Amino acid sequence: MSDSALLLKDVDKFYGPIDYGVHAVKKLSMDVRKGEIIALLGSSGCGKTSTLRMIAGFEAVSRGKISLGGREIQTFPPVRRNVAMAFEGYSLYPPLTVRENIAFALKASKLSHSTVDEKVAGIAKLLEIEDILGRYPSSISGGQQQRASLGRALIRDASLHLLDEPMGQLEPQLRAVLRGRIKHYIKERGLTAILVTHDQTEANALADRIAVMEGGVLQQFDTPQRIKERPANLFTGTFVGEPPMNVFEASVTASENRLAFGLKDGIRLEYAASDFSHTVRDVLKRRQRVVLGVRPYAVKRSADGVTGRVAVNQWLGDQTHIAADFAGGTLVLVEHDRSNLEVGQPIGIRLEPASLHVFDGESGMAISHGEELA
Amino acid sequence: METMSPLERLLRGIALTLVVVFFMFPIVWIFLMSFQTNETILRIPPSVVFTPTLDNYAALITGKLQTAAGTLDIAFMRNLGNSVFLSVVSVAVALLLGVPAAYAFARHKFKGSEDIAFTLLSFRFAPPLLVLLPLTQYFQWLGLSNTYFGLIWVYQLICLPLILWIVRGYFEDISADVEYAYRIAGHSWFATFRKIALPLAGPGIAAAGLLAFIFAWNNFVFALVLASADKQPVTVGALAFVTASGIQYGQIAAAIVLSITPTLALALYAQRYLVEGLSLGAVKG
Ligand SMILES: Nc1ncnc2c1ncn2[C@@H]1O[C@H](COP(=O)(O)OP(=O)(O)OP(=O)(O)O)[C@@H](O)[C@H]1O
Ligand SMILES: [Mg+2]
Repeated sequence: MSDSALLLKDVDKFYGPIDYGVHAVKKLSMDVRKGEIIALLGSSGCGKTSTLRMIAGFEAVSRGKISLGGREIQTFPPVRRNVAMAFEGYSLYPPLTVRENIAFALKASKLSHSTVDEKVAGIAKLLEIEDILGRYPSSISGGQQQRASLGRALIRDASLHLLDEPMGQLEPQLRAVLRGRIKHYIKERGLTAILVTHDQTEANALADRIAVMEGGVLQQFDTPQRIKERPANLFTGTFVGEPPMNVFEASVTASENRLAFGLKDGIRLEYAASDFSHTVRDVLKRRQRVVLGVRPYAVKRSADGVTGRVAVNQWLGDQTHIAADFAGGTLVLVEHDRSNLEVGQPIGIRLEPASLHVFDGESGMAISHGEELA
Repeated sequence: METMSPLERLLRGIALTLVVVFFMFPIVWIFLMSFQTNETILRIPPSVVFTPTLDNYAALITGKLQTAAGTLDIAFMRNLGNSVFLSVVSVAVALLLGVPAAYAFARHKFKGSEDIAFTLLSFRFAPPLLVLLPLTQYFQWLGLSNTYFGLIWVYQLICLPLILWIVRGYFEDISADVEYAYRIAGHSWFATFRKIALPLAGPGIAAAGLLAFIFAWNNFVFALVLASADKQPVTVGALAFVTASGIQYGQIAAAIVLSITPTLALALYAQRYLVEGLSLGAVKG
């Protein structure tokens, strides 16, 4: 427990009366270690900001417990939590200049003037806002306000930093640069941070672990690599990854030495039983309806495979995205070279058993990834 | 702002002039009257040519009113002092109570908070005469009739709802996250109220205070019934000019000029706040 920075235990958030109001966060449990960077990923309205605001103390916790550094804090006022936050809406203080806005975050820490100036200069350099330090919030751009607000949070020496979409307004180039610097800054100081983002690249680049949320429920909390390779359920599988995972409903038929998936439009994917491990085979045999998932990068072309029909062939400058009508849906595949496939042309497809993610047809929970059980 | 053609500008000028003349005429007329004697005022046909006299003002300031039936004592300067005292203290009390209340209503929604806020506002809907009779009775039992304390209390009916509602709208317009950003940096709730909310709502508070002052100053009915001569404000005191031997138009005019001067001066001085304060946050939701 000693290296736990933040612990959420069965946290519920209702806006309005408990059990009747909007249920924004549902039974959320999460353990963040000291020095970790966590990315909160999820679609709009899934409860990310609500979670941060409960941790910061701006929203009451409807049920459950929040501990910071081993102390239960869900009833503490914000001032006693020692948490820093960069707000989704920036929330700079209008009558103060950018410099003063960043510096006032340090007021309570009673540092000397020269130390404060030094720190502000350092953070301004990091975020490339040195030239606007003397300006007022109303006279700078959205992206500049966002960086000022991020600076105001990062400059503090808090036990937890909450960053709500801190770079959403920036152009991709600047974002890529800042990403690296911010990660370095956080790691160098051993800070703990939770970062809300809609940008998966950002989550992958910055975070030690990613928490995927949907509908107020934590879907998966794991390293970027494991989330990509072993999505816990259909939602995580399709939500994380660009372009998104291809999914098809299928029925399973298993015999002594064959395993087959029947897709729509009479398409059958036939595999040798030995392509799957014993345990996976055993589990799959007992299911009827499943959902198959395949990442676009893992789809192979093969003349003797099943066929689809090309609907889109797009060269993106460094890779080709081909969308094919397949099994009553669309199958996207990515190739590294230009392709001269014409729209309407048939295309042979092979889905390697190792690249198949199988999900339960009803619950959407993962059953197997490749030859291993989920 | 789009640019206007010369014709549009001309029409606009004419319209503005008409409005100004319409609203300013009574004030100008009263101003002129205040330098005339009753005879010149009641001349038929009326004329704007006259020899100005300061008699009216002199009478008000000395408190000696010359009428056909002899000299009459009036307490106009005392009334004026009462007006200033009652309005200033009432507005101060209303600000002291109303601003924190407005902040609470803006920031903390609890069950029934909307109802309470509306009830407070509804005090302004009720015709004062309706509450006056029971109020007089209560005040007599409580020994509050004809005291400054009682009057200031009743004046809260006028000032408090006004301040509460205008200032509340103003607080609601301040993003709560700006305050949270300050609180999370290690400042208490109260420090945030003082250092962030109050300054940001400043113009709104000034506007509300000014309006409340004007309403308090102009109040007539409460003071008429609940105060006797020595505690009456000018609005009631002016009745003294309606004497048995006739109405002293000249002195009334001078009294009006003196009594509207403070509010007029205040309004002109704070015009900037008024416009800003009332056009932003004020009346919404
Ligand atoms: N003050 C509130 N009162 C009522 N419902 C709210 C309030 N704040 C948020 N909600 C609701 O709670 C849910 C979660 O909102 P939240 O702001 O946490 O989403 P989010 O994940 O941060 O979304 P986004 O990515 O768009 O910022 C939403 O359905 C939202 O409508
Ligand atoms: Mg949000």
